[in-house]
Amino acid sequence: MKPLGTPTLADDRVSPLWHAMPWLLALAFYFMGAGYHSLGTNILVYILLTLSLDLALGYAGIITLGHAAFFGFGAYTAALFALHVYSEPVTGLIVATVVTGIFAALTGMLILHTQGVTLLMLTLAISILLAEWANRAHGITGGEDGLRVTMGYVLGLFRFDLWGRVAYLYALAVLFVWFLAAWSIVHSPFGRSLDGIRQNPARMRAVGTPVWWRLVAIYAISGAMAGTAGALSAQTTRFVGLNTLHVLISGIAVVMLVLGGTKRLYGAFIGATIYVVVQDVAAKVNPFYWMFVIGGLLMATVMFLEGGLMEVLDIARRRFRQLFARSRA
Amino acid sequence: MNALEVRGLCKNFGALAVAQSIDLDLAPGARMGLIGPNGAGKTTLINLLTGMLTPDAGTIALNGEAIAGTKPEGRVQRGLVRTHQINTLLTEMNVRDNVAVAVAERDGVAWRMFRFGAQWRACLAEADERLREIGIDSVAGRRVSELPYGQQRLLEIAIALALKPRVLLLDEPAAGVPATESHIIHDVLDRLPKDIAILIIEHDMDVVFRFAREITVLVQGKILTRGIPSAIAANPEVRAVYLGRSVK
Repeated sequence: MKPLGTPTLADDRVSPLWHAMPWLLALAFYFMGAGYHSLGTNILVYILLTLSLDLALGYAGIITLGHAAFFGFGAYTAALFALHVYSEPVTGLIVATVVTGIFAALTGMLILHTQGVTLLMLTLAISILLAEWANRAHGITGGEDGLRVTMGYVLGLFRFDLWGRVAYLYALAVLFVWFLAAWSIVHSPFGRSLDGIRQNPARMRAVGTPVWWRLVAIYAISGAMAGTAGALSAQTTRFVGLNTLHVLISGIAVVMLVLGGTKRLYGAFIGATIYVVVQDVAAKVNPFYWMFVIGGLLMATVMFLEGGLMEVLDIARRRFRQLFARSRA
Repeated sequence: MNALEVRGLCKNFGALAVAQSIDLDLAPGARMGLIGPNGAGKTTLINLLTGMLTPDAGTIALNGEAIAGTKPEGRVQRGLVRTHQINTLLTEMNVRDNVAVAVAERDGVAWRMFRFGAQWRACLAEADERLREIGIDSVAGRRVSELPYGQQRLLEIAIALALKPRVLLLDEPAAGVPATESHIIHDVLDRLPKDIAILIIEHDMDVVFRFAREITVLVQGKILTRGIPSAIAANPEVRAVYLGRSVK
């Protein structure tokens, strides 16, 4: 069969079993992770946020520290929608996604003619401005007190239970839908053109690519995805506070992405899981110095694993193939 | 109707005039060479034509349609295509994808995010076709960064042809190619489709005099003279310019 061009992902040629593995593990966790479903949901939310960052930063090369703005925007939109309009979660999630996507498109139009440090600072500035506005707009956002939300039944059928089992499955389903969309996008002609823009915008202009519009489009999609993550967070914890807009969220997402590996999609899964689990475990050992572990991991990753922790999986996969080939011979 | 018509094109960088009232006509199928010493403004002229630079004055018409206010990508979509003096390829992609991305852009497929399989396969098939025409189909699956420089120059031309240009601006297509391989570039230039109007900038006079049917000489942003290659070769003013005498 003729090859379908340069793989955008290193995990393009893996067997369906490898693709199924993270989802099977996530499902297994549902059955075996009693008492930890809230932690699991938190991981899924962060995976979605990191995945959204991978689209913008990894695939399109948009340097950003502003995804907290979209995360928080989505969270507040979902909360306000549930409080004032309709408390059914899926409807709220769709509304939050669309509204955040529009917000991302508008801010993208404003800033995506810049690049490098200027772009980084502008994304940061938008995030800070939004956080400050949310702080001041006490009547709408609850200010420092945040908003407590009562959610309805998912699709009118499933109620968020006290143990977080429904919330976990709900978050997993949402992540799966977005993952399929992201997978399609990065492998599509649109995704290839983004890869081209990241490598050489001048070349892409020379073949007739409307570079700015394409960057705005992926920024809007990425923002919408981050908005979904925020909305999920608000709906599953039934609370939204100013911390969802904090710049720290953007930084955490970048750390998760670098840990897992950029331009890999599954890198978001590994990065977010490792970060949240290490945070949980190390913070129990020492609540003050747990960031040492994350810092050490990050240093080791950027120094020795160019492709993030996904590279460890690549090595394991190669070894497995060699062993399999040898045993057949 | 001319494929490209330029009238009174001017551009200044501060006090430095890099294009001074340039007029240029390219008929469909034209083969024009643009020569001049270093700093004459040849690449600047291409940048003005493609929209990378905005002229201070003058008009540019592509197939009779004014394009002065059109963005660079819009000019490409209307058929004004260029190659670059220094390779600007997508080095992390393979050769086939470099061409397929251009084909996708030309056919309006590049916005597709979902259900794209058939269209993308068609883009790849056409990319293979273009590579075969240029004679580098054997390296279609290789990463661009692994290609020898000469093949990268050919890939630049293959990408430009994939855009189905009406006017093609070739900026030093043989630059950096070893003398032993330059005949490959000559051969490809000879086989370019006859209906495309081509403006070639080249320092290698062998290439220009072999390829062009008309030559324009540019000096200090001004057109010094134009004519058929034999007349240009015999022109004492042109010889003087190339030997370093300034123009009044």
